[in-house]
Amino acid sequence: MHRTGLRFAALAGLLALPAAASAAAPALSVDKGDTAWMLTATILVLAMILPGLALFYGGLVRAKNVLSILSQVLGITAVAILVWVGWGYSLAFDAGNAFVGGTSKLFLSGITGESLSPTFSAGIGIPELAFVAFQMTFAAITASLIVGALAERVRFGALLLFSAIWLTIVYAPLAHMVWAPDGLIFGWGALDFAGGTVVHINSGVAGLVGALIAGKRLGFLREMTPPHSLSLTLAGAGLLWVGWFGFNAGSNLEATGGAAIAMINTFVAPAAGVLAWMLAERLVSGKASLLGGASGAIAGLVAVTPAAGTSGVAGAAGLGAVAAFACYGFVGSLKHRLRLDDSLDVFGIHGIGGIIGSIGTGLVSSPLLGGFRPEDYEIAAQTWIQIKAVAVAVGWSAVGSAIAFSIVRLALGLRVPPDAEREGLDITDHGERAYNF
Amino acid sequence: MKLIIAIIKPFKLEEVRDALAAAGVQGMTVSEARGFGRQKGQTELYRGAEYTTAFVPKVRVEAVVPAGLVQSAVEAIQQAANTGTIGDGKIFVLDVDQAIRIRTGERDDDAI
Repeated sequence: MHRTGLRFAALAGLLALPAAASAAAPALSVDKGDTAWMLTATILVLAMILPGLALFYGGLVRAKNVLSILSQVLGITAVAILVWVGWGYSLAFDAGNAFVGGTSKLFLSGITGESLSPTFSAGIGIPELAFVAFQMTFAAITASLIVGALAERVRFGALLLFSAIWLTIVYAPLAHMVWAPDGLIFGWGALDFAGGTVVHINSGVAGLVGALIAGKRLGFLREMTPPHSLSLTLAGAGLLWVGWFGFNAGSNLEATGGAAIAMINTFVAPAAGVLAWMLAERLVSGKASLLGGASGAIAGLVAVTPAAGTSGVAGAAGLGAVAAFACYGFVGSLKHRLRLDDSLDVFGIHGIGGIIGSIGTGLVSSPLLGGFRPEDYEIAAQTWIQIKAVAVAVGWSAVGSAIAFSIVRLALGLRVPPDAEREGLDITDHGERAYNF
Repeated sequence: MKLIIAIIKPFKLEEVRDALAAAGVQGMTVSEARGFGRQKGQTELYRGAEYTTAFVPKVRVEAVVPAGLVQSAVEAIQQAANTGTIGDGKIFVLDVDQAIRIRTGERDDDAI
């Protein structure tokens, strides 16, 4: 996977081969250390979802809906895994056109334990099945993130169907555009190291569209809907942070210094985010909260995701802090004025943080700001490319998500009946209660 | 026989229990309760969503006592539960028609 378009383009130029052809070249050798790291990173990303994201979300909903959101994350992850090995990987990473990959790798056709995928280093590959699995976890977390915007009101089955459709028509093509050598945004030279556009803007915008189409929860802004267990939420946020090292440092595809750059940035940006969000709360409302600190960590992680491999630590800290301030402004104030029921702030943190991170990557990658791009790096030109990439990601996700949600609404209906919503989805959708005292 | 209902601050429960026992009260029932009087609730803030909890946690103590014990029991509670600030709670005294001990069938003063 070719997260840094310019680097890969330079590599392709060096070999005097088109990028796609170099990917197919048989001369790759494989390193056991790289392979071990990619297998490990893949597992870390799964831990971000199960149980990380599940607990993060689970703590934020009311006690009557905690099992429903855990079930949704679990079920969507399962759907994503099967969709990915079925057709998602092929549509994302097989050679195709500028918008979508081909169909020659449907059901992982032709991929064996001997197959290799290229990395950022000339001649170095990793087992393609490790790459397939690593990317599978990205698809799974992106689809799972969306349910936070629809919490406490949407049917389990509807979300599973939505995820299958959405991964096919929205996620796989956008991943192809950004990360495949023949993709549109890749071709522009956009920098998206680990998924600022593909994962965070994509899920954030899909959540926003979903919240608008599904509508507000009953009693929204009239009844109290406080989080039922912020202890669970912190456990989840901590696992997200830990797993994010697999997500960001794993996106380096090799166990090299590039992975170490991504790792240090993945420490620094959320640290700045924690303190920035809590400082903002202290100044605005008087008290620094745990939920604010956890939210700031996530905002910082989101923002540094596209920049993780090219930013210096100062840039990462800046991105984390700016994203935390902006996300706090959105979810703490603007969202309420808009009367938007993005219940667990998917757009507010992943959408806003992803946009700031993806555009900010153009700035912080500059050597002038401590970044790791070459000396001839042009901030303005790169930032303009980043803005264009963000615009495509927002537009693609918005239109595709609206189509996917509309299909599901017609086919199954999105909402549970009002009585079920009042009773709580745990008992009405799943026949269980989380807490039996 | 009288039923004494006392709504008190939760951290005062042990002192009230000891005071009632010292006054000769043989048993009581305790439950967690929420309510409001002059004391206002707390404000909670989650990502900018502000919730004011209108009800404050309290403990509800119920004891049925012989008529002759009412005055000393009420005084015991009033002194033990007093902090001098709003939210200390209230004491109510009601008449009780009958009391029956389930195990033996004893009635009224013998049953409490």
